[in-house]
Amino acid sequence: MSAVSVTAPPKEVPKPRTVRVYVMGREYLVPEGLTIHKALEYAGFRLIRGVGCRGGFCGACATVYRKPGDYKLRIALACQSVVEDGMYLVILPYAPLPRVNYKLESLKPDAGTVLKQYPEVARCVACNTCTKACPQGLQVMDAIQAIKRGDLAKAADLAFDCIACGICSMRCPAEIRHANLFNLVRRIYGKYMSPKPKHLEDRIRELEEGKYKEELENLKKAPVEELKKLYASRAIEPEE
Amino acid sequence: MSGYPPEIKRLIKYVEETREERLKKPYRRLSLEEREKLLREWHPDYKPGAKRPLRVGVCKGALVYNEVADLLEAWPLVEPDQVDLSRVDYDVDILVIGSGGAGLAAALWAIYSGISPDSILLVTKLRLGDSNTIKAQGGIQAADRPEDSPVLHFIDTIGGGLFANKRDLVEALVVDMPFIMKWLEDLGAMFDKTPDGRYIEVSGGGACRRRLHCARDYTGLEILRVLREEFLNYEVPYLEFTPAIELLTDPEDGGVSGAVLYNLETGEYYVARAKSVIVATGGAGRLHIAGFPTSNHYGATMDGVIMGYRVGANILHLDTFQFHPTGVAFPEAIRGELITEKCRSLGAQLVNVHGEQFIHQLETRDLVSSAIIKECAEGRGIITPTGAVGVWLDMPMIDMIRGPGTIKRALPAMYRQFIRHGIDITQEPVLTYPTLHYQNGGIEIDVFSRVLRPSGEPIPRLMAAGEVAGGVHGRNRLMGNSLAGILVFGKRAGITAAKVVKESTTRPKISLKHSEKYVEELKSIGVPKERRSPILLPDYRGERVLLRSLKIL
Repeated sequence: MSAVSVTAPPKEVPKPRTVRVYVMGREYLVPEGLTIHKALEYAGFRLIRGVGCRGGFCGACATVYRKPGDYKLRIALACQSVVEDGMYLVILPYAPLPRVNYKLESLKPDAGTVLKQYPEVARCVACNTCTKACPQGLQVMDAIQAIKRGDLAKAADLAFDCIACGICSMRCPAEIRHANLFNLVRRIYGKYMSPKPKHLEDRIRELEEGKYKEELENLKKAPVEELKKLYASRAIEPEE
Repeated sequence: MSGYPPEIKRLIKYVEETREERLKKPYRRLSLEEREKLLREWHPDYKPGAKRPLRVGVCKGALVYNEVADLLEAWPLVEPDQVDLSRVDYDVDILVIGSGGAGLAAALWAIYSGISPDSILLVTKLRLGDSNTIKAQGGIQAADRPEDSPVLHFIDTIGGGLFANKRDLVEALVVDMPFIMKWLEDLGAMFDKTPDGRYIEVSGGGACRRRLHCARDYTGLEILRVLREEFLNYEVPYLEFTPAIELLTDPEDGGVSGAVLYNLETGEYYVARAKSVIVATGGAGRLHIAGFPTSNHYGATMDGVIMGYRVGANILHLDTFQFHPTGVAFPEAIRGELITEKCRSLGAQLVNVHGEQFIHQLETRDLVSSAIIKECAEGRGIITPTGAVGVWLDMPMIDMIRGPGTIKRALPAMYRQFIRHGIDITQEPVLTYPTLHYQNGGIEIDVFSRVLRPSGEPIPRLMAAGEVAGGVHGRNRLMGNSLAGILVFGKRAGITAAKVVKESTTRPKISLKHSEKYVEELKSIGVPKERRSPILLPDYRGERVLLRSLKIL
């Protein structure tokens, strides 16, 4: 073990440098190092649309921006991305992605069903714009192509980490509604194609037969001291 | 994209130096006595000055965190003379407040129990599904392996909850969970499985068996989006950006009969009358209890507890909150966001600045948090450029133990969260410190998800489920029991609400009678009228702007 000293706290916390951001065209000076959300709040915006979990899971804060001297339209999640000097940005308040209702239990689990619900999938020209637009870094176009090939398992896997921000759909020349489509594909896979856990069925049967009823009944009535003893003495299963 | 600054990066070598030794020998577990001592000395719940007894309402005298007391001892957003209750905008059988896992499960089970979807109204503060559910990463507990049993799940949950849980609620939790897993399977939710269909289950902190079912580290997202799809397929009416701001009561029996709703975008209010009401508003992280950052979603402001307390609900365990051990300590931009416990389930250990392990990584959350706070307070933490402090979570161990590629496969959200800031968790440890994560208590429910008065009597027509409800988790929730709790008690709330509707012969009357009484109490202790609740959203606007703000338009 080597002896090390804790890093000393900075003598004076240096004043953060500021960066210029253009929120829907208007310039604001904000401290560097903030996420786009926090920068907007610093500037005085009270967020209602374009904000949700603030942790990169809900897709509410799809953001598009450009930087001076660069034609490229870039994408970000406002909760995850740090402001950069010269960003011209807007958080998209909403992505119009009407979905198609379905009854999962009466669907035929094949690509034909999916294409019938979302025929625009067939219009994919494999331009790869969706993949380039994905803030999750998913292979979106490959997932679409997998659906066209009838490989729903592959598509469900590739699209699993989709947070439904809608950016790919706003960029797609074939006007595909990816997030809705992927929800359908994953559910078809989950219900009809993924292998089923037999051990779950066994446990359910035991519970239906009332196997643990008496033991739980006794534990509910047991004095706390007895529960403490049981808790402290229970064997902990080793990791695999 | 900057990664660690050099002064922090150079400290990583001390983590790497001890890694091989740490891999060989598991750290010992604490005894019950050691646990108690660690909590008492270091857990934020025990810090003096953080709490005070309530001065109003049915639990007057109950000790709660100051931030909670501030909101319970506050004026309602609407007073009786401000709203016209003679015009009912929505006259429904069931009003569901909240669209996280509990609210959606409740609506679905009400439908399964024979309620027509178009006689339900679900209202939600932000978008449909915006909730803490969607952020849940690690997994969901269900005792379904032959080596495991609901009895062990029961004992783990009670012990983790410091023996303060309502035991019949815990029984409901552990017995219902295998059925909930079956339901999720039938709805097409995808969980991590072996090729022959067995769930790949890992250990959660404080669990004596591997019991955690995962969908990578997007478990909550997967469950939520499946429930949301099913909810939408039934065409249940719902209103987004429309929180409930006050419950309505029938003056004849004091039971709940609807709510005042508020359109966040237009400022308009709506009156909803219902034969039964399900409160599923979630938690309270955005109150930043005890000054902590939070892992919670933007709308987690305790609205349901506040509304429920005003109509007479008993509150349980609001003097304890869960501080999740591993919040992000660096980079500053995402400080307080969650690093899922699944990292520790997969083997990542906690290490101080000297590279020493100081706690078994799978002790319960209250203990691990206390141990981290202790390490940092005693000078064995790592200080970040903004003056925050943390300890290391040794992520690269995961791939060493379970094979290269495990992190990217099992923890894609965590990999993304850090690589976006230039830190590659397959190669480098991360800096972590506790973050406000979960409201352990809430308004008391029974096994039918009915909300109870302090007397133990249910408040007529009022159900609650999920984080808003208290009693299930005692004084400390186990990992994987929140997703379990929202679905088990959401389901039960939906079934109970359907029963209430079927048994009701007339529509209840609506009033703000309870509010009049509450306001009298507020006046008697001199609460300033500016202090109002629920707050609906936190206000993070910069001070400089607020000082010059004029409200004209």
